[in-house]
Amino acid sequence: MDELISSLVRGLGLGGLYALLGVSFVIIFRATGVINFATPALMILGAFFTGAFGNAVGLPFWLSVLLGMAIMAIIGMIIERVALRPMVGRPAFSAATVTVGIFIILLIISGRLIGSELLTVNDPFGLDTVIVFGATIFTVDIARFIVALVAIGIVGLFLARSRTGLAMRATALDQETSLAQGINVGRMFGLSWGIAAAMAALAGALLTAGSSGIETTVALVALKALPVIILGGLDSIKGSVVAGIIIGIAESITRTYQPIYAPWLGANFDVIVPYIIMIIVLMVRPYGLFGTREVVRV
Amino acid sequence: MSKATASSHRTTRGRPQLFTSYAQETAVFNTRVKRNWVLVGILVMLVLPFFMQRDMVALITTVFIFAIGGIGLNLLTGYAGQVSLGQAFFLGVGAYTAAVLGGESRSGVIGLGWDMAIWLPLAGLVPALIALVLAPLAMRVRGLYLAILTLGLVFIGEHIFKEAKPITGGAGVGRAPADPVFLGFDLFANQTILGYRIDRFTIFYVACFIIFVIMAFAAKNFARSRFGRSFAAVRDRDIAAEVMGVSLLRTKTLAFVISSFYAGVSGALLSIVIGRISPETWNILLSIDFLAVIFIGGLATISGSIMGAVFVVLLPKGVNAITPYIPGFGGVGEGGVLNVFELQTIIFGLLIILFLILEPRGLYGLWLRLRNYFKAWPFSY
Repeated sequence: MDELISSLVRGLGLGGLYALLGVSFVIIFRATGVINFATPALMILGAFFTGAFGNAVGLPFWLSVLLGMAIMAIIGMIIERVALRPMVGRPAFSAATVTVGIFIILLIISGRLIGSELLTVNDPFGLDTVIVFGATIFTVDIARFIVALVAIGIVGLFLARSRTGLAMRATALDQETSLAQGINVGRMFGLSWGIAAAMAALAGALLTAGSSGIETTVALVALKALPVIILGGLDSIKGSVVAGIIIGIAESITRTYQPIYAPWLGANFDVIVPYIIMIIVLMVRPYGLFGTREVVRV
Repeated sequence: MSKATASSHRTTRGRPQLFTSYAQETAVFNTRVKRNWVLVGILVMLVLPFFMQRDMVALITTVFIFAIGGIGLNLLTGYAGQVSLGQAFFLGVGAYTAAVLGGESRSGVIGLGWDMAIWLPLAGLVPALIALVLAPLAMRVRGLYLAILTLGLVFIGEHIFKEAKPITGGAGVGRAPADPVFLGFDLFANQTILGYRIDRFTIFYVACFIIFVIMAFAAKNFARSRFGRSFAAVRDRDIAAEVMGVSLLRTKTLAFVISSFYAGVSGALLSIVIGRISPETWNILLSIDFLAVIFIGGLATISGSIMGAVFVVLLPKGVNAITPYIPGFGGVGEGGVLNVFELQTIIFGLLIILFLILEPRGLYGLWLRLRNYFKAWPFSY
């Protein structure tokens, strides 16, 4: 029972991270129809900036997180303007391949920036635990879950209530019509990339919190958000949250119980659980739980 | 074929662009110049290894192997329009099929020690069979969904490779690849032929080159066949193609299966060049390399895939040659602005982006521009 509770909470923490990353993918996909394969590198770079503000400058954790997000938002907008804007009107998979190029460049740059010494994000959680119903729970998992939900909530409110958010949704619906209504579509693309990069940066900071330091090898964790958006639906923010939590918990439970009950599946089987869920979803319901079914005209 | 069309196959001398029949225009070599240059190229490539450094020979062997895998991916992504990030997985399956069938049984790994004449076709057929099983799943999704699905395949594959210790040797350990003994003749050992001593790299180079040429011609020929044209139809407008009687399921499955066959053969040969294969080799970065081959080389062209393979494999060598002249770059450690490996990777990423933005037809497109410039010279049109 204790084990179950602690793995559920760990799953919620992971789920929060996946949801954040999923929203990062979804926002760019809705605006531009592109899957942003550069997200893992944006996440690592964001973690680096957070760590740099926390350690080198000595700012408090939450302030350095916000600054890291702001810097990544600017970098995201620059990337969109320089590399993705010329791809407007070209096949989606060409644009997605551009983001693959950005991924490997940013990954090398962040590896070089981090260097060989350990860089933590200077978080207040560390390995602190609390005891709930007799189960040991890491506070960082609770923080991950709550911060992720709050951040996604703010983005959701912004999209639903603000004038700019309305313009972004209009752009996602129909680019030409929104252009005709006086919306600066290019700026909306940039804004989407800015928000997405900031979300990725936040995920990076939260992922690094409670761990021993940032490494570029953890970047591939962000790709687990792809199963999340497949399960949730490529264009649904609500879907990312629900699917993020489902996949986070599934992975965490597997990590606890698979070595006991199914050791023949091999070590670290939990790492590929999200992908197995994704394949099942694609077989049963390719457009996800909350996604819009694709309608194609001849 | 009637007599009239048969006689019109001959190209009129001096007017290479005059095609008098459809069959003539869609021939593998539709102009005499093309055919002659390809023949010259093949001869040069066969003679070349005898005049090159040993490491260059090995490097160009890798080019052929990458070209085989690149051609396979191009049939799937370029011709049929199905983006796949899963090429590394099928390369891995090919490599391990070859290693199990053709390798030695040593330190806990299985090896049957069969002849290359058996394991090489099977190294292609087994991945093709796996693709056939996966195809109904992959065919349900299109466009970027397929890219994500195949990405998942790479991760799941890497896990299986790490755990299947009797086949792969397990994570961090790896195993020896297959022995390339073709009908009793060892292609990776120094041999004496007609009194000449030929070193093993040269022999393997020639073997890979022959396999590459056969597979490139097969692909080129396939692309102009009924099936190849149905690939293009599915890519350009899948629903319209279906309305016209092209079976989507069959076409996409065929593309997936053929692409995996090429990947498997490429993986089997690559494992021999690498020497010792660990499960970590077949990761997402290898898939990105192959994506770069076709995007830099040029989508939906066989010659483009070859140019892309040349480029991707030789780029590190080129960067190594240049870095000593740029202050702050180079070296292998932490010093300087970037070390050689980092510089290579960044240039690699930049080139993918630049080609996609500036010349989507890739190196093949650059070649077309160059050719057309000199064709019209001194006029600009």
